[in-house]
Amino acid sequence: MPEVILENISKSYQDGKVKAVKNVSFSVEKGELFGLIGPDGAGKTSLFRVLTTLLTPDSGIATVFGCDVVKDYKSIRQHVGYMPGKFSLYQDLTVEENLNFFATVFGTTIQENYDLIKDIYVQLEPFKNRRAGKLSGGMKQKLALCCALIHRPKILFLDEPTTGVDTVSRKEFWEMLQRLKKQEITILVSTPYMDEATLCERIALIQEGEIMSINTPQGIIEEYPKKLFSIKSSNMIQLLDDLRKYDSIDSCNAFGEYHHISFKSENTELAKSELTTYLKRDRDYKDLVINDINPTIEDCFINLMN
Amino acid sequence: MRTLKFLLQKEFRQIFRNKIILRMIIGLPIIQLIVMPLAADFEFKNINISVIDHDRSSYSKHLTDKIIASGYFVLNDYGNSFDKSFEQFQEDNADLIIEIPKNFELDLIRENTNELFIAVNAINGTKASVGNAYLNQIITDFNREIRLKNSTPPRLSQSSTIEIENLNWFNPFLNYQSFMVPGILVLLVTMVGAYMCALNIVKEKEVGTIEQINVTPIKKFHFILGKLIPFWVIGIFVFTLGLFGVGRLVYDIVSLGSLFTLYAFLSIYLIAVLGIGLLISTFSNNQQQAMSVAFFFMIIFILMGGLFTSIDSMPEWAQWIAAFNPVTYFIDVIRLVMLKGSEFKDIQKQFIIITVMAFIFNTLAVYNYRKTS
Repeated sequence: MPEVILENISKSYQDGKVKAVKNVSFSVEKGELFGLIGPDGAGKTSLFRVLTTLLTPDSGIATVFGCDVVKDYKSIRQHVGYMPGKFSLYQDLTVEENLNFFATVFGTTIQENYDLIKDIYVQLEPFKNRRAGKLSGGMKQKLALCCALIHRPKILFLDEPTTGVDTVSRKEFWEMLQRLKKQEITILVSTPYMDEATLCERIALIQEGEIMSINTPQGIIEEYPKKLFSIKSSNMIQLLDDLRKYDSIDSCNAFGEYHHISFKSENTELAKSELTTYLKRDRDYKDLVINDINPTIEDCFINLMN
Repeated sequence: MRTLKFLLQKEFRQIFRNKIILRMIIGLPIIQLIVMPLAADFEFKNINISVIDHDRSSYSKHLTDKIIASGYFVLNDYGNSFDKSFEQFQEDNADLIIEIPKNFELDLIRENTNELFIAVNAINGTKASVGNAYLNQIITDFNREIRLKNSTPPRLSQSSTIEIENLNWFNPFLNYQSFMVPGILVLLVTMVGAYMCALNIVKEKEVGTIEQINVTPIKKFHFILGKLIPFWVIGIFVFTLGLFGVGRLVYDIVSLGSLFTLYAFLSIYLIAVLGIGLLISTFSNNQQQAMSVAFFFMIIFILMGGLFTSIDSMPEWAQWIAAFNPVTYFIDVIRLVMLKGSEFKDIQKQFIIITVMAFIFNTLAVYNYRKTS
């Protein structure tokens, strides 16, 4: 039986005016690292709050390790770790006091579960007498993770843990999650960063309260229906404009250094050479580079959005 | 129990780390109790009076001297033109005008009667009526003196006059401070209790820590007790500091009744006040909202609690509001116990009412506080 099950969960705010979550169903297996990927306002936090029993859904059933989130909220609270998107530990208590406090409210001690947080806590140890509010962003995240783990939860809910954290700390954070996975803790993580999606075992792409696709990152990429090309020239802004006006282009999106394009026709090789000729001859692009590429999660997301 | 212990430990740690709160707890009762009773004095002194003397006789001089010598009045100007004095009136320099007519002395002796004119600046209603009352008293006194002087001795024995002797019970010297200090102490305890409790819980909401607490197995009941107990202790501390530290040392006010009764009432009163704070916190999402709502109620509580104005003289609807105001009962009780020495059986009614209030406010708050939304 899956560890987390959601069936047709809906939640709206302001008396139904704002529909945050619409008929969402998915499940997460035990020991899985599951990612909820979507932009701000997609409904990720609402879903997390439903699963952590902080929010009662308007309709639908959700269970966490077999317990209903509405009826058995008490037993769920014993065994889940939740790390909200906003740093929400006591800023006026020290690192150690915060950890101690959360250990005791769960009826345990730091020593008892030290092995679980050891890897993370050693980095915090030099600052253990510092007030939590005075820590750097990356350190705050580590402390929050420690506090969410201190009672050895069965499931860890991490709501945008890497938002506002620098690249190095983000990488470190994901490495920590991979290690935790080995401890057989089910992890649900949400993120607006598409590049982090590939670090999850399975992901759900969510947009405006609806799940667009659920699969492994590889599966989602394979589901991408078209062949994708990247294109680059010295005048990228003009190029984007020209590409969008060009008839046989199906989609064209700016991706940093390159634009990603796909064609309407099945015969992509022909379409590609036609486009190259058109751009070089008629539009006078000299330093044009076109490559075949594999789609990224972001390409898939944009494709699904349309 | 163990959870509660750790919640309390955490709470006290946070309070003692907050320097401003700490200063408030100690500084507030001391400073307020020293400043407010001295300033908020209903005895009007320094009422400015303009005397228009058209007579300039020994009688009119004597009356003027008598007014000034009373200590309540300050002579603003002494002249013989009403217009000029009225100008002073308009410029707010004078609070009262007394006009002594021409031939005041002469007519008084000859016709045994005369009239004086008093004009009162009623912008400050209290000051006007008190000033008027003082002035009337002085004139009556003056009148009696003249009558005695002008009457022949045999007639004096016949004309009986009523001598009034006042005896002030429970506050023999009409000491204003022993009346005000306990009342202000009540306000301080109320403010500390309601504000601090409401703001503390709302702060947890604002920072988001309440979310983190809500996903733990901490029971609603434990969390609320963990919030109430520290502020209950602080309330008792502030009261004690105000009662002994300032009331006794600075104003030399000693409670006539039993301290046990007083503290017993305080204990229940604090629970009621903390319940109000808790209730406010359940309705507010941030500290600004909590502050505004608490301020709204506090103004009503303070002004309609019988500290500054007597509840008996309020209109009936206002008396009903006062009846639902917990401050009313504590001000009543603290004055009864400290000044009159009332015992438990005398204030039974107040005890019952405040207990009911404590129960209602806290039940509503607990009912309203949810761990889920």
